[in-house]
Amino acid sequence: MATAPAAQPPSARAPRRSTILVATAVMAAALAVAPFLGVYPVFLMKALCFALFACAFNLLIGFGGLLSFGHAMFLGTAGYVCAHAAKEWGWPPEAAILAGTAASTLLGMVTGALAIRRQGIYFAMITLALAQMIFFFYLQAPFTHGEDGIQSVPRGRMFGVLDLSNTLVMYYVVLAIFLAAFLFIYRVVHSPFGQVLKAIRENEPRAISLGYDAERYKLLAFVLSAALSGLAGATKAIVFQLASLTDVHWTMSGEVVLMTLLGGMGTIFGPVVGAFAIVGLESYLAGFGQWVTVITGVIFVVCVLAFRRGIVGEIGAWWANRKA
Amino acid sequence: MTELFGIPVQALFGQLLIGLINGAFYAMLSLGLAVIFGLLNIINFTHGAQYMMGAFCAWFLLERWGVGYWWSLLLAPLLVGVTGVVVERTMLSRLYKLDHLYGLLLTFGLALVVQGLFTNYYGSSGQPYRLPEEFIGSFNLGFMFLPKYRAWVIVASLIVCLGTWFVIERTKLGAYLRAATENPALVQAFGINVPRMITLTYGFGVGLAALAGVMAAPIYQVSPQMGANLIIVVFAVVVIGGMGSILGAILTGFGLGIVEGLTKVFYPEASNTVIFVIMVLVLLVKPAGLFGKER
Repeated sequence: MATAPAAQPPSARAPRRSTILVATAVMAAALAVAPFLGVYPVFLMKALCFALFACAFNLLIGFGGLLSFGHAMFLGTAGYVCAHAAKEWGWPPEAAILAGTAASTLLGMVTGALAIRRQGIYFAMITLALAQMIFFFYLQAPFTHGEDGIQSVPRGRMFGVLDLSNTLVMYYVVLAIFLAAFLFIYRVVHSPFGQVLKAIRENEPRAISLGYDAERYKLLAFVLSAALSGLAGATKAIVFQLASLTDVHWTMSGEVVLMTLLGGMGTIFGPVVGAFAIVGLESYLAGFGQWVTVITGVIFVVCVLAFRRGIVGEIGAWWANRKA
Repeated sequence: MTELFGIPVQALFGQLLIGLINGAFYAMLSLGLAVIFGLLNIINFTHGAQYMMGAFCAWFLLERWGVGYWWSLLLAPLLVGVTGVVVERTMLSRLYKLDHLYGLLLTFGLALVVQGLFTNYYGSSGQPYRLPEEFIGSFNLGFMFLPKYRAWVIVASLIVCLGTWFVIERTKLGAYLRAATENPALVQAFGINVPRMITLTYGFGVGLAALAGVMAAPIYQVSPQMGANLIIVVFAVVVIGGMGSILGAILTGFGLGIVEGLTKVFYPEASNTVIFVIMVLVLLVKPAGLFGKER
């Protein structure tokens, strides 16, 4: 088996930088006014947390070509640590979120160092197995309260001033965290580091022969992705005042893959679009029980068979064709 | 002799037996994964769902039409295998030119669909499968009682595993198969219908999963979720063994089942995670897996 190349369909030419900046500004503005247009803020916060999670995941698959099937472990770990710090130790929210993110970063270092020892399909299986191990740990560890999870986590006052129990204040804090992380990911992708990462994705032996330490780049990408997933998980724990086993379960790992695939792997906005679509779909279908699983599965199949570039990727390709 | 290492002999051998049974299923499932991976280069995430389908098929045949265990052992793998052939022809075959990860994503989606549908109709609680008459009772081995059915599962799975090994490593058909794994284009040039071979291989691997499902039906509850967690453990088994060798997959499967059983005796808290811990250790020492070749 040749080393598996990236799970990356032939993409359209990269959009120009100004286009992306304008689109980001439009997105930020739309999100800032959305609560006043009648969109339920709790829904928006949920979607934003998942959007951040999917963007972090996309950093790894879309630009590093590494398919992790265990990203729920970072989301869940950060959630548990953050909730525990806020509730049991009485830490302020900003410190609790940082603690959660730090925990995920550490976990990312350990699991990443193990997982990058194999490539392609094995990488996916190893991350899945490691995540399952973490899941069983949380299932048995007393501080997670098993099936109940850590409930009624206090939101507290951020930096001592922002009262997060006010839903709108909470929303704007989440939006700020999301936008900061989004811009950070954009910056990383377009940095020299991001370029080397893409080179490794396209042709690892060649990148190595050019003198790049591929393992180190991959590990750094993995740790960054884990840290940002952790940020999403910790924020989510504060928003919903809950850390539970759902966030560490393998179905969550599958969900983030789906969001990224649906929105468009390797595009900047794809994961955001995918996360909003899936979270919207799930709240719309909430009353239909297991049909959600079936529909999720069908979307997976349709995306893989007919729609590999995802929503944003297809729009980009159409745009490029139109101009050409 | 009632105690060994401070553990009652009954409990020790009881867990050892459970471990051996689990190991038999790990071995059969990882064998199917390895056979499919060898030719299709796809990790079949639907494997757990297909195992569950096999168990449900046997349950359905018995409850609806009174078709007994022995016929199920033949019919369920055939029926589920046919669904596998359909999936390969209509979906998987479109993905061979793409990155292998798409195969993983597609089969993951299919697994969700199948599990969701079965959960819709049968709920998440399990359905009991009646033990066939001839397996009621147990052998007295002196130091423990060995239920007849469990003895049968161990023997039957060994026969299935070794039979598969024999076909792949020692027959002409197996030689074609191995040749197609190495170089499909060349094998096709010799006039062998490789696409059909790929289809049948996938059907065979799926049938193997269904066969494991039928054998599991009287032991575990037949439930829509029965394959979901199992398949992740089997993935770890595959990583530990490496997919390079058929005998390796069989040995790793049985071995890890026994290790898991022993862990239940000596340190029960770790019994869920011990296989994953072993996977971590193997990755540190020999990343290609115990029987794998670094390629």
